[in-house]
Amino acid sequence: MTLLVLGIPGPNDAVDLVIESVVKSVIALAFLMGAFGYLTLAERKILGRMQSRYGPNRVGPFGLLQPLADGLKLLLKEQVTPREVKTVVYLLGPAISLFVAFMAFAIIPVGPSFYLWGHQRTMAIANVNVGMLYLLAVLSLGVYGIVLGAWGSSNRYSLLGGLRSSAQMISYELALGLSLVSVVVLAGTLSPIGIVLAQNHHPLTWFVLLQPVGFLLFAVGGFAETNRAPFDLAEAEQELVAGYHTEYAGMRFALYFAAEYINMVTVSALVTTLFLGGWVFVGNGIFFNITQAPWAQLIGVFWFLAKCAMFLFLYIWVRATLPRIRYDQLMWFGWKVLLPASVLNLLVTALYVSLS
Amino acid sequence: MAILEFARGLGVTFKNMLRPPVTIQYPRERRTLPERTRGRHMLHRYENNLERCIGCYLCAGACPADCIYIEAEENTPENRVSAGERYARVYEIDMLRCIFCGFCEEACPTGAITLEPILDISDYHRRPLIYTKDMLLEPPRDLESLPA
Repeated sequence: MTLLVLGIPGPNDAVDLVIESVVKSVIALAFLMGAFGYLTLAERKILGRMQSRYGPNRVGPFGLLQPLADGLKLLLKEQVTPREVKTVVYLLGPAISLFVAFMAFAIIPVGPSFYLWGHQRTMAIANVNVGMLYLLAVLSLGVYGIVLGAWGSSNRYSLLGGLRSSAQMISYELALGLSLVSVVVLAGTLSPIGIVLAQNHHPLTWFVLLQPVGFLLFAVGGFAETNRAPFDLAEAEQELVAGYHTEYAGMRFALYFAAEYINMVTVSALVTTLFLGGWVFVGNGIFFNITQAPWAQLIGVFWFLAKCAMFLFLYIWVRATLPRIRYDQLMWFGWKVLLPASVLNLLVTALYVSLS
Repeated sequence: MAILEFARGLGVTFKNMLRPPVTIQYPRERRTLPERTRGRHMLHRYENNLERCIGCYLCAGACPADCIYIEAEENTPENRVSAGERYARVYEIDMLRCIFCGFCEEACPTGAITLEPILDISDYHRRPLIYTKDMLLEPPRDLESLPA
């Protein structure tokens, strides 16, 4: 793009692509880190209000500087490295967790595509045709972060916690994947942009209405994938000290912590993309066609963020409401209830699509 | 269906979110304490500003935590402090040992030592929490302003 302006011939497309990717990545990274910080504050405040108390409200007005204070505290903490740890693996664990959490966000379109400076640009960092396949692969990689961290800690209780957590994640990935496949079958494409556009019809064809069971399955699977809400046995304070992140202090713990919350954001973004219509505006086609309006991108991003925020609120709401599920109940539920349900869902969807 | 139960539970937490929190945000807001709340000690005086404490050691004897330290001194005509023969020259209560039981208040014959409903007793160090007589003594009344 720059070289084109300067009139220099050459691999302008490649340079343009690189610059576009870098700019989008930086924006997404900044957004995710900011979102992580304020999600922790939002969670504490909402959880507090649901429990008849105030959340943090001392540090800055309404506690708005609390994430800064937390970040500073974690930075200044002493990094205790136990003597017996397997150093490389121990250090890799949180890094992989965080890296994978960011990776999964790369294919999610946050707004409608637009045309700028000679190229059709999408509002996903990477426009991958087989985005959903990429996503499934990346979600499975998340397990590595936990297993490596647990084993590298050289602490048998951390190991147990990590094994529990990874078994839980693997079990619920199946239900997640199958309900995702049902959406793909309905949309006819693996591309996330295609899936959003498939929900862009009038009247409302969001997949949450066409696939309510799939939505529930994906939501529950999402809660279990991120070790959150009623499925947080592996990291609860009352169980196994702190589970797989017992031996991590200060900044290393912050990486795991960030990975968990960014996973939450990513799963919310996914649910929004797959079931809630992504950036599609509710009144699309009635008042104006969103893809032609000049401020379409802003509206699209706004609605995408609003839906994401709603699902994140649901995450926090469920955490405040439900008690923790015991591990054997968790496994039973994942394999004997969710998996058959998602297979059935897929069957019915496939039948419907093939017959119509 | 179990899902309806979840929805009911979610409704409960949501409704609770909309209610005002029950937190009393100390120190900006304070609770109204009952009159007989056993808080910080105070040494009282008579109406004519003479101290009530006569240095009889009854409170120190009654204290189960053994936290009151007294040194008594004779009242002289030049220096009359209390309304009896003796007064307490040194009177210290170790707030870190006190269990706020009120036995000293019950044991005192003159009504000198009482426990007031004051709960703001905290500090960053141990030494300042050994309260001395000047910290415990009631300030003298303004005799001119009293009605005749």
